[in-house]
Amino acid sequence: MPGLSIGLSTLYLSVIVLLPLAALSWKAHGWQAVTNPQATAALKLTLGVSLVVALVNAVAGTAIAWTLVRDRFVGQGLVNALVDLPFALPTIVAGLTLLILYGPKSPVNVDVSLKRWGILVALLFVTLPFVVRTVQPVLFELDREMEDAAASLGAGRVATFLRIILPSILPAILSGVALAFARAVGEFGAVVLISGNSPFKTEVASVYIFGRIESGDSGGAAAASVVILGISFGVLLAIGAMRRWVTRHDR
Amino acid sequence: MRRISLALFLALIFPALATGASRDVKLTFVAYSTPKEAYGQLISAFQKTGAGNGISFSQSYGASGEQSRAVAAGLDADVVAFSLEPDIRSLVQKRLVASTWSKDQWKGMVTRSVVVFVVRDGNPKKLRTWDDLLKPGVQVITPNPFTSGGARWNVMAAYGGALRAGKTPKQAIDYLGKLWKHVVAQPTSAREGLQTFLIGRGDVFLVYENEALFAQKKGQPVQFVIPKATILIENPIAVTTTSKHKAEAQAFLKFLRTDQAQRIFAQNGYRPLVKSAARGFDFPLRPQLFTIKYVGGWAKAEKKFFDPRSGVMAKIQGSSGG
Repeated sequence: MPGLSIGLSTLYLSVIVLLPLAALSWKAHGWQAVTNPQATAALKLTLGVSLVVALVNAVAGTAIAWTLVRDRFVGQGLVNALVDLPFALPTIVAGLTLLILYGPKSPVNVDVSLKRWGILVALLFVTLPFVVRTVQPVLFELDREMEDAAASLGAGRVATFLRIILPSILPAILSGVALAFARAVGEFGAVVLISGNSPFKTEVASVYIFGRIESGDSGGAAAASVVILGISFGVLLAIGAMRRWVTRHDR
Repeated sequence: MRRISLALFLALIFPALATGASRDVKLTFVAYSTPKEAYGQLISAFQKTGAGNGISFSQSYGASGEQSRAVAAGLDADVVAFSLEPDIRSLVQKRLVASTWSKDQWKGMVTRSVVVFVVRDGNPKKLRTWDDLLKPGVQVITPNPFTSGGARWNVMAAYGGALRAGKTPKQAIDYLGKLWKHVVAQPTSAREGLQTFLIGRGDVFLVYENEALFAQKKGQPVQFVIPKATILIENPIAVTTTSKHKAEAQAFLKFLRTDQAQRIFAQNGYRPLVKSAARGFDFPLRPQLFTIKYVGGWAKAEKKFFDPRSGVMAKIQGSSGG
């Protein structure tokens, strides 16, 4: 019954996603809240850091997934469970923990508090699971005979990875990257403590928007949200297009 | 009949409720988060009095502005207690609080405090006056006045402090601009700010005295200085027009202004309104203390300083990075 499933999906998406977004756009007024220099600085910072976060995740997440699937070591189950931990931790607790670990009293002598690096660290922490969890099952299902065949035909490890493995897992990496990016754009709790929220320096969009709401300018807050959602949507569409392009031979 | 049997049923399964069954009144109390602990104690103390016997409470705490907007949007409330008077005034405009709310001998207020400087151990940078904060290299932490209603007290304290030091209003605004160049972090709330300060950031943290005393009570190593010129913070409370239990709600407000209740506030770091309740506590007076009236009153201050588009603070923040 394809009709029923389409109907249900549409209804569900409308109630959960489309209606709130439409209401948000409806409320948005006052573009000064988006075009003033403080707002554009916050938007640029957020999008920039989120892109970096997405890229780092693409590499590090794939490496972790690889280790978890292909390597065997003591405590593997534990590490596997550890990956999801950032999701279970309330983000404000994550922020506090990071501030203690990587603040001025850092036991490992790394102080990223009140700096942009701090935002990066906080976002990397909360977005860790996305790429790992999207790549892991694909790697697991991957047919090893292909790799053996490539090796027997004289391909080195790098060539095998680039030509055999990467094309198979790239769609999964891109899906994870898209999720990580989206999460990074909207993150508030993990960032707010470690960044210091200085306008123009370390104030991210979510904190700026929160400030607008708190000072009674909910129209401006909605306008800023619509803009950041619009840009994020564009980035996600682009990632989706890349994904379709790399899987063009599968269809 | 059904109602009686329900009450009986409840009394049977919840023995604790049985004492309340005679009155069956539940007050919804909506407040800002800082005095949560104090109100917890005050509510149990109230319930032990004749007027409060049998009244149960449902309590909700959050950021002052947020709570005010929630009530304006329809959140049920019998009593509202906020950090800032404008948060009540916006409810007056929506007719959710009577316009006469501040026409009592307490002018609608229930607690007091002052803005203080939380400093490092032994105050190594010797920060005592508002001008000291402009010394080279001094790093200031204050919650962001656009995300924390309470931080607006800090701004008004700094502005009034500059006026008290003989500056003209224009020079005092310049002072705010200079002060904000020393601000290294603007957490979204006072509690967050304290975390940032305690972790070792900044030389001075601007906050209300009750928060500093609260932190001391929790065993945190907090030292603070009360500048000679600082603002007397006054926090409002009101009964809503939509309350179905106005008499009981008023009785609660009356209790909060008794000597007994004000002493509980004092134990929690608030300066009592009732003079007799201050006995036995050390709340140093300051020669140049001023109220919000000295800097024009909240109605004017909100518009002049905190309008998110054209306010003085919006401009200062908008230029701090250039």
